Amino acid sequence: MFERIKAILIKEFKQVLRDPRMKTVIIISPIIQIIIFGYAANKDIDFIPTAIYDQDNTKESRLLLDSFTYSKYFVPKYYIHSEAEEDRMLDKGLVSAVLRIDRGFGRNIKAGKDANVQLALDGSDSNTAMIIAGYANTIINTYQYNLLKSDADTMGVQFSAPSVDLRDRAWFNENLISRNYYLPGVIASIVTIMSLLLTSMAIVREKEIGTMEQLIVSPLRPLELIFGKLLPFGVIALFQCALITTLGVLWFHIPFRGSLVLLVLATCVYLFTALGIGLFISTIASTQQEAMMSVFLFYMPTFLLSGFAYPIANMPEVIQYFTLINPMRYYLIIIRGIFLKGVGIDILWTNFLVLLLFGIFVITMSTLRFQKKIA
Amino acid sequence: MNLKRILAVSSKEFIQIRRDPRSLALAIFIPVLLLLIFGYGLSLDIDRVATVVWNQDASSKLTRDFLLNFKNSKYFKIVKYTDNYRDIQHMIDNGQVMMAMVIPKDFSHFIESGKTSTLQLLVDGSDSNTATIAMGYVRSVVAKYNLNLLVKSLSSLGVSPARSVDMRSRIWFNMGLNSRWFIVPGVIAMIIMVIAALLTSICVAREWERGTMEQLISTPVKAPELIIGKFIPYFVIGFVDLFVAVVMARFLFGVPFKGSYLLLVFLSALFLTGALSQGILISTVARTQLLASQLAMLTTFIPTMLLSGFIYPIFNMPQIVQGITYLIPARYYIIILRGLFLKGNGIDEMWDDALFLLLFAFSMFGLAIIKFRKKVF
Repeated sequence: MFERIKAILIKEFKQVLRDPRMKTVIIISPIIQIIIFGYAANKDIDFIPTAIYDQDNTKESRLLLDSFTYSKYFVPKYYIHSEAEEDRMLDKGLVSAVLRIDRGFGRNIKAGKDANVQLALDGSDSNTAMIIAGYANTIINTYQYNLLKSDADTMGVQFSAPSVDLRDRAWFNENLISRNYYLPGVIASIVTIMSLLLTSMAIVREKEIGTMEQLIVSPLRPLELIFGKLLPFGVIALFQCALITTLGVLWFHIPFRGSLVLLVLATCVYLFTALGIGLFISTIASTQQEAMMSVFLFYMPTFLLSGFAYPIANMPEVIQYFTLINPMRYYLIIIRGIFLKGVGIDILWTNFLVLLLFGIFVITMSTLRFQKKIA
Repeated sequence: MNLKRILAVSSKEFIQIRRDPRSLALAIFIPVLLLLIFGYGLSLDIDRVATVVWNQDASSKLTRDFLLNFKNSKYFKIVKYTDNYRDIQHMIDNGQVMMAMVIPKDFSHFIESGKTSTLQLLVDGSDSNTATIAMGYVRSVVAKYNLNLLVKSLSSLGVSPARSVDMRSRIWFNMGLNSRWFIVPGVIAMIIMVIAALLTSICVAREWERGTMEQLISTPVKAPELIIGKFIPYFVIGFVDLFVAVVMARFLFGVPFKGSYLLLVFLSALFLTGALSQGILISTVARTQLLASQLAMLTTFIPTMLLSGFIYPIFNMPQIVQGITYLIPARYYIIILRGLFLKGNGIDEMWDDALFLLLFAFSMFGLAIIKFRKKVF
């Protein structure tokens, strides 16, 4: 039996790695993903490109503008002088915000009257616009606070104003670096897509070119065949997991606070589900194109509704319940727990348990179906 | 170029697609599913931040009033009141809450006697983006509270502060700040890119793998004819996808369409041509379907999702990455789609983006033909 398994393992490894370009893809695709996520995936809104339209141009208006531009958030990109320019800036998307001060601002402030500023935001990116409006509000509040305080001072009123001093501290990711959140998740994304694609397409390929018949008439038992088919892809997935972890920690300085053994264990448990679904798809699809589309059909919702990029807490309640049957969700919680929080099995055991149950269920179902198909 | 031969190839391709009805069904169903997930399932808006509060000064009315600012805001959801750090630690560790607010026991004493009191905020920073936004919410509540305190203490001294600076925000293009309006046009670009490249990436490699390419080569059909012929059925599928997506965007998600449909069709055709050619190029280079599908995923899905401005604003990326985004065709198409849907832009605002799409379409198409010729002849 071991001889037969050994034989099919050698055949499978050869087949996957025969094409040198395939080897390259196996190594390159995690690297590209990790680089893109490491550098590009950043939803923090700093350095907002801003156009400034100061019609007033007095000391007071410049003071207000300074309090915007001294904050790291607003970067003055253009100084404009007409409404037509304002239109053009926003239409073409050259800036995300236009800060406009009408004539009379300084005069009103000096005379002790109300004054106003206008902020025009490109709402087509609603999320960004909302955040920018929030920043601007805080700046205006602070400006007004200082204005009132200086009023009181010049009037010679002696008083001490009470205030609340906010001391905020972020745990697990002290400097609030996006990539610390995303990069560990790339493991889950790569392991999922690779196991699904490689497994399902490799098996369907044998069906397509007719070599599956040969395997079936060989003395291989179905279980040995499945084992031999799945193990190489499991090894590849583990290799990619190691690659991402190494790169993430050494190159991007992602904290790794938990146990490496636990990470490997979690990946192995998760692989049962991922490879099992790949196997399942291979029993449904009759062409590689169909297999690929089915993988994509399965992968997209899994990926999007896993909490990888979009926090589950923000989803509608119905969808939140739906994510409970998403195995990637649990795998991600474990990965992030190990990397960022350094928590151990005492906190993560429920997630492990769920993954294990998923794995057993999926692999059993697909094995049964696969056996029936080839018998 | 011979129209008859082109049509012969494409009718062969049509038959092949018809024989695999499940792939065809998936090519229509996947876009619908993607739109549904993005439209209904994912929200970029961060509200109801789960918060645990430890009010050490719970006996005072002042702190309870202070907390009302959070209770009455849709941005926070106080899930629990506690009286120890262990609870806080535990709830943050297992992700039950995003943040914890600790009000020190002399809070009201300090405030009432005109001094400064601290307020402690502990945030789970692992999701840095959500954490930053949540902290921003707290900051603006505190800033407003401080301003009120100042106004109150001034007026108690008989000084009534007359002037105030008032900010009027005007939101253009998307008054209600509906994040669906932002996402859906981006999803359309992603769908077209991914479906087009996925479908075609396999269609040449398949012929190599099954050995039918030899047969095609021995026929009088020429390289450009073969490629255009293979192209046509997928072009049709791409347009069906676009049509379904636009109808869903307009009528299911209520996204306005302020531009010209003619422009939409024309520019989409350019983008689709580029995407399909890219798929054929991949397929020609890869020769096996497995490798082709991997390459297609890698060169279309990931960049379109991350480097196009679809979700992550480009102006936040490092300079080098911003440079790279100019090479991502979806970047231009997304600008165009948002311009057409939300801004009502015409060709005079978008001609440069359209030019890039034209360049993309032609260069990909050209490359595909050149590469294919080299492989075959």
